[in-house]
Amino acid sequence: MIVAGIDVGSTATKGVLLHADGRILGRALVPTGANVVRAAERAFQEALRTAGIEDWEVCFIVGTGYGRYKVQFGHAQITEISCHAKGAQFLMPGTRTVLDIGGQDTKAIKVGEAGEVLDFCMNDKCAAGTGRFLEAAAGVLGLDLAEIGDVSLRSRDPLRVTNVCTVFVESEIVSHLAKGRKVEDILRGVHNAIAARSLALLRRVGYEPGLAFTGGVSRNRGMVRALEERLGSPVHASEDSPFMGAIGAALYARERAEHAAAPGKA
Amino acid sequence: MYHVAGVDVGSGTTKVVIMGEGRRVLGVSELRSGADLEAAAVEGLEKACRVARVDHARIAYVAATGYGRYQVGFRDVQITEITCHARGAHYLFPGTRCVLDVGAQCTRAINVDFHGRVRKFRSNDKCAAGAGRFLERVAKALEVDLEQLGELSLRSKEPQPISSVCAVLAESEVINHVSQERKTEDILNGVHRSIVDRLAALLRQVGLESEVTLTGGVARNIGIVRLLEARLERQVNVSSDAPLAGALGAAVLALERMRKLGAEGTHLYVREGQA
Repeated sequence: MIVAGIDVGSTATKGVLLHADGRILGRALVPTGANVVRAAERAFQEALRTAGIEDWEVCFIVGTGYGRYKVQFGHAQITEISCHAKGAQFLMPGTRTVLDIGGQDTKAIKVGEAGEVLDFCMNDKCAAGTGRFLEAAAGVLGLDLAEIGDVSLRSRDPLRVTNVCTVFVESEIVSHLAKGRKVEDILRGVHNAIAARSLALLRRVGYEPGLAFTGGVSRNRGMVRALEERLGSPVHASEDSPFMGAIGAALYARERAEHAAAPGKA
Repeated sequence: MYHVAGVDVGSGTTKVVIMGEGRRVLGVSELRSGADLEAAAVEGLEKACRVARVDHARIAYVAATGYGRYQVGFRDVQITEITCHARGAHYLFPGTRCVLDVGAQCTRAINVDFHGRVRKFRSNDKCAAGAGRFLERVAKALEVDLEQLGELSLRSKEPQPISSVCAVLAESEVINHVSQERKTEDILNGVHRSIVDRLAALLRQVGLESEVTLTGGVARNIGIVRLLEARLERQVNVSSDAPLAGALGAAVLALERMRKLGAEGTHLYVREGQA
């Protein structure tokens, strides 16, 4: 039996195909763009292609993320909070808290032993501390979003970034550049600022070591390091981390499909 | 006879007012602050003096305000922009009871007494939501002149809602609307409404009272003015000098200082070396 999870985020849409035995068969990541319905379809098709599977073989599909109701081929919709918790506990057993930093929002989730959500807290009101914040910083410095984390790790003398607002941080960076500050020191300051905001969010749900870092920003190694320094404990991130919402959705799809197939049901 | 100057170094523009003893405005200047705030203040003062045809040396007292007030090397005193905007609004409209100052990076609501003194205030300088910088970015994204933004927004027949408060997230909404081929005026109307919502909320926090005066650079935007009036269900005082309110207030307070110092018998010199 094969199931799928589609996570339609504000910036990227992720698709994951999961075998009933827990193996991830295929995954895909496409930009969401303005046409959300099409992004969901493309992520699904792309995941099928990487797995070499045809769509009729997939028996249950769960949509998640802010655009989950735009997954027109989905059988059910589950919030991304539940999915991130589920996915993190599955791939990183022992997870107590999840930090999900996406393109436009940040969430702190306290997770139970079965991957259930005990508490959560989010910032979706403003771009501070989100992927958008990093994108703006990269843009001002003329760097690629994918490289700024590694650049920040070269810093020896991190600057203090005082602004919270993304718009104001752009001007702050420009003035640091005008003063001849090093790009890596500025970037380290930016990463540290996000780490500080993340910790504040984590504390609101009751932070405990055993942190799974998920969402698109978890690919950024500079961010992982900044968080570890700030928290004083290890942060778990892997190449699956950006797909955690979709993985969790696929796990829910597996449960639903098994439930439906159980004797005496359906 | 002496003159005073009010220098308001804002995050966007620097404003200077030269005032005579009888609270008469003799000359003003406005220029972009740029990165070197001190240079902007010096240049602003020179410009305003030229307009006023007043010799530098005859400026007896300089009050500096705005976020760059400590950068004004030639100041005699620095005063917060809240105090100055309150006085400036009162100078422009003596019946003012509430001041709404919308600058490039900061928005403030100030409740004032009959003399233009601050009773209560609230400000947002932590984020760009509701501030002029947000309008600048939207203007750039939509490729519209900042000066035409307000007027254009009022032509809207079908306003497009903007749900985000954050300037950065709202900008993405704007871009989404563009990609769905919504009309520029309809998008702009939504943007202006979202700012007005923020301003109205700030105003309520200090207690909305009868006469509201709008100050700061964004007061030049007719779209904000009209939508704010509709939102508050009352007329709002706006003068073409509204962006100068901080500098005007600083100049008025500089005059008061001079009078006080004179009454105390402090000897006032016309300063040397500034001619």
